[in-house]
Amino acid sequence: MEETKPQLFKITFDGIEVEVEPGTTIMQAARKIAEADQSQTSIVPPAMCYYKPLPASGGKCRACLVKVAQGSAKDTRPMPKLVPSCITQVQDGMVVENTTNEAVLEARKGIVEFLLINHPLDCPVCDQAGECNLQDFAFEHGSAHTRYEEERRTFEKKDIGPYVQLHMTRCILCYRCVYTADQVTNKREHGVMNRGDASEISTYIEKSIDNDFSGNIIDVCPVGALTDKTYRFKNRVWFSKPEDAHCDCDKCSGKVILWYRGDEVIRVTARKNTWGEVNEFICNTCRFERKKTSDWVLEGPTKVKRSSVISANKYRSDLVKKPDFALKLAATQFKNIDDTREYVTDKDTIRHQSIENNDKANHRSLLNQNN
Amino acid sequence: MQLTNRSKQVSNKEMTFMERAYLPAIATGLGITIKHFFAKKVTIEYPEVKRYLGPVFRGRHILKRDADGKERCTACGLCAVACPAEAISMVAAEREKGEENLYREEKYAAVYEVNMLRCIFCGLCEEACPKQAVYLRHDEFVPVFTDRDQVIWGKDLLVEDMNNRYTREAWTKEEAKALDDKRANGEVTNVTPRPVP
Repeated sequence: MEETKPQLFKITFDGIEVEVEPGTTIMQAARKIAEADQSQTSIVPPAMCYYKPLPASGGKCRACLVKVAQGSAKDTRPMPKLVPSCITQVQDGMVVENTTNEAVLEARKGIVEFLLINHPLDCPVCDQAGECNLQDFAFEHGSAHTRYEEERRTFEKKDIGPYVQLHMTRCILCYRCVYTADQVTNKREHGVMNRGDASEISTYIEKSIDNDFSGNIIDVCPVGALTDKTYRFKNRVWFSKPEDAHCDCDKCSGKVILWYRGDEVIRVTARKNTWGEVNEFICNTCRFERKKTSDWVLEGPTKVKRSSVISANKYRSDLVKKPDFALKLAATQFKNIDDTREYVTDKDTIRHQSIENNDKANHRSLLNQNN
Repeated sequence: MQLTNRSKQVSNKEMTFMERAYLPAIATGLGITIKHFFAKKVTIEYPEVKRYLGPVFRGRHILKRDADGKERCTACGLCAVACPAEAISMVAAEREKGEENLYREEKYAAVYEVNMLRCIFCGLCEEACPKQAVYLRHDEFVPVFTDRDQVIWGKDLLVEDMNNRYTREAWTKEEAKALDDKRANGEVTNVTPRPVP
């Protein structure tokens, strides 16, 4: 029997053709385009709840809605409604419109407005500000004004342990932390209680989270609902200096980012990829207890996008332009001063020379005038 | 050769009788001089008298309090990151129980320092502030330093005095512009300064 090669599906995303394996979602196809061509990063739909390392996540926030203008090569009808790109699988010959479709952009504006209805907008106080997905999303797709006049929902303050601070008012119910607790940690300890407007993230019957990997819910949270208690109000994200580091850890990969204020490590987080996702989760020991430089092997400054506020006021010596060209030019055009005249100290000779020089100068200026 | 077209032909016409009489011209000249004795002076005697520089002039910084005397600043750091001269630095702290009458939000600036040698008084901090906390006073300059110790201003110098609150006619450039337009049209003549909205 002939071995059948998995047939590749050809799809068109915003006019760019890409071949992907069957079973890929539209979101992943878009990310594939962006990974091949850095200039196309802006076409990738935003994701608030979808998190690739957490299977089954996605499909909740509706931030990634796209228009499918042609279902497949066989069935060329468009899909009647906008579809969430993070959970919709591609078909051969599918044509997807994201940034090229007005309706999609309009819908996204609505999504931002809905997400911000109950968000307290306390960014000046929030520790997530500066690395917040919702900030980026609202900045890129939302409007600067709100039409919402009613009271925002409030919750009773809940203490969920010594390491993690829960601000339920900021939560957008993306369920990422629930999936993390489900899949990364070996016993699930928190979930979503109640329904609809009243639903809230909570540890099951107020149990504190004391799992070895529970700290990862901080990194996974797209907003400031779950933040690091040991980092609370220590510093703003953009004033701290991220530095890649690793250590030998028997529980996790040990690959982290250390956030410095001066010489002091004020926070440890896992490393995030281009899409803001943590691929290698880290354990609580690394995150909360190893806060000395001596615990780590430093690898150098973390690469931060120029567009990120985290890069503000940081001048990396390898990025500062040196006056190379000017120095090279000066080197090629440098001439030694040729002065072989005798060194004269005798007063009479000097006077004589000066009179001679004066005469020469007068002669020259006369010549110039006559010309 | 003519270089410009601004040269003027000089006329050499004969003077009239009045001009030749000389004294009337002297009198006219003196008249102009004497008139200026009584006209409004263009100059002011600067250190003693200071000119009003408008409601949005950018003088020294102030950290505003709200109507109840609570500090508005939450140490969000936007002024510091907006500052092109990197003059501002701060340390945040969490408000404790019993301090609700001192600070507005759960976070506040425990230390807020402006390096007045670095500051270029561009007003970007004022524009960046989401809490209407930092403003550049329109009525006070930074005084001349005589010592390096006086250069870094801490909260003791910056926070508003509740007994002597800082008021302005207009708190934003837009307000100031609207006020200017109204003044030009003669709609308003006198506006009482008010605390920050």
